[in-house]
Amino acid sequence: MSSDNEQQLPTEAELAEMDRDQLVTLGGKLDGVELVEYPDPWPVGGTRAEKRAERTVALWFTIAGVAGLAFLVAMIWWPWEYEPFQNSDGHFWYSLYTPVLGVTLGVSVLAFAIGTLVYTKKFIPHEVAVQQRNDNLGAGSDEVHRQTFAAHVADAGSRSTIARRSAIKRSAGLGIGMLGLGATILPLVGFIRNPHAESGTKDGLYHSGWQAEEPGQKVFVRRYTGKPHEIVLVRPEDLEAGSMETVFPFKESERGDSHALSAALKRVDNPVMLIRLRPDDAAKVVKRKGQENFNYGDFYAYTKICSHVGCPTSLFEQRTNRILCPCHQSQFDALHYAKPIFGPATRALAQLPITVDPETGYLIAKSDFIEPVGPGFWERKS
Amino acid sequence: MSELTTPTKGDPPLQKIVGQQADEADKRYFAAKGMRHQMNKVFPTHWSFLLGEIALYSFIILLLSGVYLTLFFDPSMEEVVYNGSYVGLQGMEMSRAFESTLEISFEVRGGLFIRQIHHWAALIFVAAMAVHLLRVFFTGAFRRPRELNWVLGALLLLMGMFEGFFGYSLPDDLLSGTGIRATLSGIVLSVPVMGTWTHWALFGGEFPGTEIIPRLYALHILIIPGIMLALIAVHLGLVWYQKHTQFPGVRRKETNVVGIRIMPVFALKGGAFFAVVTGVTVLMSGLFQINAVWQIGPYNTSQVSAGVWPDWYLAWADGILRIWPAWELYLGNYTIPPVFFAGAVGMPILFTILIAWPFIERKLSKDTAHHNLLQRPRDVPVRTGIGVMAIMFMVMLEISGFNDSIAYTFDISLNAMTWVGRIGILVVPPLSYYIAYRICLGLQRADRAVLEHGLETGIIKRLPHGEFIEVHQPLGPVDDHGHPLPLEYQGAPVPKKMNELGFAGTPVAGSWLTPDPVAETVALERARVGGHGNGAAAEVEAGNGHGATGTPNGEVTEAGEEVEAGTAPTER
Ligand code: FES
Repeated sequence: MSSDNEQQLPTEAELAEMDRDQLVTLGGKLDGVELVEYPDPWPVGGTRAEKRAERTVALWFTIAGVAGLAFLVAMIWWPWEYEPFQNSDGHFWYSLYTPVLGVTLGVSVLAFAIGTLVYTKKFIPHEVAVQQRNDNLGAGSDEVHRQTFAAHVADAGSRSTIARRSAIKRSAGLGIGMLGLGATILPLVGFIRNPHAESGTKDGLYHSGWQAEEPGQKVFVRRYTGKPHEIVLVRPEDLEAGSMETVFPFKESERGDSHALSAALKRVDNPVMLIRLRPDDAAKVVKRKGQENFNYGDFYAYTKICSHVGCPTSLFEQRTNRILCPCHQSQFDALHYAKPIFGPATRALAQLPITVDPETGYLIAKSDFIEPVGPGFWERKS
Repeated sequence: MSELTTPTKGDPPLQKIVGQQADEADKRYFAAKGMRHQMNKVFPTHWSFLLGEIALYSFIILLLSGVYLTLFFDPSMEEVVYNGSYVGLQGMEMSRAFESTLEISFEVRGGLFIRQIHHWAALIFVAAMAVHLLRVFFTGAFRRPRELNWVLGALLLLMGMFEGFFGYSLPDDLLSGTGIRATLSGIVLSVPVMGTWTHWALFGGEFPGTEIIPRLYALHILIIPGIMLALIAVHLGLVWYQKHTQFPGVRRKETNVVGIRIMPVFALKGGAFFAVVTGVTVLMSGLFQINAVWQIGPYNTSQVSAGVWPDWYLAWADGILRIWPAWELYLGNYTIPPVFFAGAVGMPILFTILIAWPFIERKLSKDTAHHNLLQRPRDVPVRTGIGVMAIMFMVMLEISGFNDSIAYTFDISLNAMTWVGRIGILVVPPLSYYIAYRICLGLQRADRAVLEHGLETGIIKRLPHGEFIEVHQPLGPVDDHGHPLPLEYQGAPVPKKMNELGFAGTPVAGSWLTPDPVAETVALERARVGGHGNGAAAEVEAGNGHGATGTPNGEVTEAGEEVEAGTAPTER
C-alpha cells in the first residue's frame, strides 16, 4: 500500500502551496483513509441552537467541578471514623461516609463523561471515514516478501550447516533439554511435601485431633464457649434429647497452653457433631457394621466435616434427624450411621466412638475416627 | 525539511511551544509518519463494540484500586487478637489477613470505598468480558483471521474468573475460607494419583495450613495480573494490527473499514466512555455494600455461614458440584471421588470447548475463508442456536449454584431444586437450541418479506370491488404496476417500521421551553444538507432516518439505497 502512495508524494514546492484541509486529505490518502463525510456541525454561525449546545456542555463540566469539590470536602470533613451502633447519631453520619464519597465522585466523573460526550456529539464533525485494509484478503504478503523471507531463513539455516552436523544437533538437544528440565523443576521442588510422611499423626490425612498422643491418654469432649482458652467439658446430662452440639477434643496436656487450646478449635478435622437422639428415635437406629458400640446410649458423634468436599455440615434437623451440609446440600441420616441420603456426597460421615469416663463422668472418645475424615482422595480405601 | 508546524504570527505562545516540542521530538524519533498513521486509523462504530472496552476500563480500575489495597493489606496467617474499632469483633482471634482487611474497612479513611470499588469493578470486569465474548461469538468475529484473538480472549476470561476467586479468598473471612475448602482443597484432593501430593504442595500440608493465603496473594497481585496485562496488550495489539471487524452496511466491504478516525472522534469517545465506566463503578461502590466481611467474621473450619455462594462468575462451578450425582469409583484400594468428575474433569472440558470453538466451528462449517465482515446472529441459525444452548447450560448451572437461595426465597423444597438442576441441564439446552433456531428463521423470513413486498404501513385500503388490502411502502424501485421489485438481502438490518424511515418526522429544534427561531433552523438545515461531504460533492447519507428536510418519499428511496449499497460484501 505504501509503495503505491509514495509515488504520489508532492514536491516540496507543491507542499508549501497546500492549505491545512489539503494536507489533512493528503495525510489520509497516504494512510489509505478517505473522509467521505466531514460536515461542519454548525455551518451557520451564531445560532441559538449552537449557543445552547455550548451552554449544555459547560453546564455538565460545571456539575463535574461542583461534585468534585463536594467529594473533596466530604473526604476531608465528613466524619469517617467508625462509630458503634450504640452511638446512633454518630453511627448514622459515619455510615453515610462511603455513600457520600461514592455519590459525589460518581456524579463528578459521570458529569465529566457526559460533558465530553455531548461535546463530541455537538461540536466534533460527524465524520465518515473509509480506510482500506491492507490484509490482502487473507492471501498473505506480496510474493516478493514471502519468497525473500523464506530464502533468508533457509539461507541462515543452510549456511550454518547445522543440518549435516548431527553430533552438534544431538549434543545441543541434550544440553537444551537438560537445562530446560532443570530450570523448570527448580521452582517446583521447593513445593514438594510428602502427604504420607505424617500419616500416623493428626497432621496426616488418616488421623485427627481426636487421636491420643500416647497410649492411655484420655481425649475429652470439649464444648466451644466463644472464649478460645476456656475448657468446658461435656457430661451426658448437659445435652437435651433431640439436640446437637459441635464439640472438640481436649487432652489434659493442653491445659494452660493457650495456643494449643485455640488450635484445637481450628484444626479442620476436629469438629464433631454430638447428637443426643430422642429415645423413640434411638430405637430406630441402624448401626454400621463394625461401629455397633461407637455410640454411648442415645449419644452419637459424627464428624462435622462433610464427606463431599469438606464444608462443616452445620444444620441438624431435629424433626427428621437429618444432617444437612449448606455447601452443596448433601443430607445425611443421623439414625442410619449418617449415611448420605441426598445430594452429591457419597460416603457416610465418619463416626467417633464415644463413652463416658468412669472417673470424671465426662464424655470421652474411645479412640480416633477409624477412617479419614472429610473429602475423598485417591489413596483412601473405602 | 520544513518545521513540523509552520508557526504564523498570530499563533498563541502555547501553540508555538507545542509546535517546537513536536519538531524536536520528530527530529529525534522520526515519528511524524508513524504517529499520523495511527491517528488516521479508522475504527468502525457499533454499540456492541463497546463491550470489550468496558472490560478494559474496569481492568484499569482494578489495577489502580488493587495497587492501593496492597499498601494496607497483609496476607499473613499469623494469629492475632482483634483490637480495632469495630466493636462486634473486638477480642476475637483471627488471622492478620482478616485483621488488615478490617483495618482497610474501618481504620483507613476511604479504605472501605476503595475496597468496594475493587470488588464491584471485578464483578463488572468479568461480566463485561463474558458479554463481549458473546458478541464476538454470535457475530462470527472469531472466524479466520481472528482465531488467535478468540483464544486470548477466552484465556483472559478464565484467568479473570480465577483472579477474582483468589482475590475474594484473601480476606480469610468465613465465606471465602469455605470457598477455598470446597473449591480448591476438595477438588485438588479428588484428583487420582497426584491429588494428595498436589494438595500438600499447594497448602504445605493439611487444609488450611498457613501457606495458602500468602501464595494466593502472590498469584492475585503479581503473577496473574502480570500475565493478564500481557495478554491484554497482545489482544488489543492484534485488534489494532488486524483492524476491527464491521457489520455489513453502506460502503462497507471486506476490503475496508468504515467509521471514525482515532483522532479526533474515537479518542474523545473512548476517553468519555472510560469516564462513564469509572463513574458507574464508583457510584455503585459508594451506594451498594459488597462483601461486608466484618458481618461474616473470620474463617473457622468448624463454622459456615448460612448461604454459601461464590461470586456470580464461579457460581456455575459450584452448581456442577451441587447437581452431580453421588457417583464414586473404587479401583481396588483406591477411590475416585465424585468431585473429580464434576470439578477436575468437568470444568477443564468446558474450558477446552470454549477455547477451541473457532477450530471446532471451522471443522463443522468448512468455512476457511477470510472474514472482515460480521454476521447477524439470525443469518447463522446453527451457531446462534448452539450459543443460546451454551448460555442456557451455564444458566442452569448458575441457578443450581444458587439453588438453596432460590428454594428458600420461593419456599420450594431443596431437593426439588436439585432435581430441577439435574433434569434441566439435560432438557433446557437442547430445547433452547431449537427455539433459538426457529426464531432465527422467523427473523430471516420477516426481513425477506419486507425486501420483497415493502413495509407494512398499517393503512388498509378498500378497493372499488370491495377487497381490503394493506398498503405497503416499497423500499426500492417499483415495476410498472407499482409493485416493488424484490431486493436482495445483504446481511444488514432491514427497516421494519415506517418510523425507521423517518415517517415520524423530527422534533422541533429548540430548548425545553421555547422553539428556536424558524429562520435559524431552516438556515442550519439547508446548510447541513448542502454542505454534506468533505466540502465538495455532496453525497446523501443513506438511511440515517432523521434528515429533517427529507420528504417521506425521498427517505424511502434513501433507505432502499442503503440496502443496495451494502451489496455483495465480497465485491471490490
Ligand atoms: S461439602 Fe457438603 S455437600 Fe459439598
